Amino acid sequence: MSAREVPFRGGGFAPRQLRGAGLATAAVVLVAWESLSRAGLVSPFALPAPSRVFSALFEMARSGELAAHLQASVGRLAGGWAIGLATGVTAGLAIGISSLARSVGLPLVAALFPIPKIALLPLLILWLGIGEAPKLATIALGTFFPVALATASGVDQIPKSLVRMAQSFDLSRWAILRTVILPGALPGILAGARISSSIALVLLTAAEMIGAEYGVGALVLQAGHLMRVDRLLAGVVLLSLLGVAIGAALGALERRLLAWR
Amino acid sequence: MRLRALKVAHSFGGLEALGPIDLVVESGERLAVVGPSGCGKSTLLAILGGLLRPSRGRVLLEGEPPPGSLVPVAYVFQDFALLPWRSVAGNVALPIEGRLPRREVHARVEQALARTGLADFARRYPRELSGGMRQRVGIARALVVDPGVLLLDEPLSALDAQTRELLLEEVLALTRGATLVWVTHHLDEAVRVADRVILLSARPGRIRAELAVPIPLEEREQPKAAVELARLKAELWALLREDARRAVVEAST
Repeated sequence: MSAREVPFRGGGFAPRQLRGAGLATAAVVLVAWESLSRAGLVSPFALPAPSRVFSALFEMARSGELAAHLQASVGRLAGGWAIGLATGVTAGLAIGISSLARSVGLPLVAALFPIPKIALLPLLILWLGIGEAPKLATIALGTFFPVALATASGVDQIPKSLVRMAQSFDLSRWAILRTVILPGALPGILAGARISSSIALVLLTAAEMIGAEYGVGALVLQAGHLMRVDRLLAGVVLLSLLGVAIGAALGALERRLLAWR
Repeated sequence: MRLRALKVAHSFGGLEALGPIDLVVESGERLAVVGPSGCGKSTLLAILGGLLRPSRGRVLLEGEPPPGSLVPVAYVFQDFALLPWRSVAGNVALPIEGRLPRREVHARVEQALARTGLADFARRYPRELSGGMRQRVGIARALVVDPGVLLLDEPLSALDAQTRELLLEEVLALTRGATLVWVTHHLDEAVRVADRVILLSARPGRIRAELAVPIPLEEREQPKAAVELARLKAELWALLREDARRAVVEAST
């Protein structure tokens, strides 16, 4: 019998993140964009160089305009998102533990979830008047549904044996909710927070474009009307930074609260 | 405390799963329940523990719990049922926190951890522990309430053979004097932990036979007891064999 080496057939299908690749990519894109603009290959009206965008940002920061827009946006986002999170978690927990809430709530949530919430803004303006209330309500509605669904599915994923265990020690319903259901649903709740944060950002921008004096969405729209693409892009950069900051904060929260996983 | 089951029966969706069964567990008695797979051993235990409402019959708990007892009937689960987000100490504290002053909770948890060899693992999380250590947590959590009756549902069945052997000896020492019902499909386990073994028939599980283990608990681990224990195990197996075979065939059709 002839001998030959066993050929290696494993390996692959296990991608890993190369360190620094993300930053390097961003640097390459920015440098390329800047050089194309400086070489006159891209019209400064269509797409101003990154340096122009950043100087617009800097200028707005110095004049206090940036702070006013950011303050308005962050306030609306935090308010609407907080209302949507609180109500969504409450509804999701109810759907997760009560037959009545599940039977009534689940079809309702499933039916209303797909409605693009921005379509309700005109209705909310009719109901709540112009001003902050309809914007907050739009963001809260957009947050509520994904958070309620994610929370309910988080509760569903808690092994029934853990509930039985708590009952075997005569824990009260309230104690079971506090010690088993709520912490057990936390991965679902945080997933809902993550999904809803990007929805909230979209709705914030849209609502501010429809009727606001201050806010990053308003800034972007006004800059567009004035054909100030540098300011427009500065607003886009702000929104992107806002999204990244929220994502990082949620990531830190997850690492802290879900360290047990 | 004394546990009494009166004509307890259970069916799942029209399928007779268990009983009717009449059963008395005397105070201080150690009862093992064995039977072919699917005979309703764990169902019976869940009914005894009030975790499952029987289709018929009822369960009575008679007598007073020991002084200082916080839960009359405590449970040890096959899959440990630990809260993964709580540390070892947090899991053991779960049944007593809010029922006792903080300082007392702390003292009782420490004592339970020390008894079960977990003192150095108090701050670890379940995922960091081996199966044997996890079940130690499950046992510590049941003992911390000073139960009148201890119900154990296949407590060692999720463990590998060597861990099972080690933990069996420990649990025997920890539960000396307790009233307990121990469900298992390991016949050697049953004759080593119990004063009395009841054998359930294939579904619907009824009491087919009863066997006393006439060796004092503290002598069971001695070599001279081995022959008698092996004889009892063989006797159980002879009674069980045909039902077990049928359960295997039924499960595959």
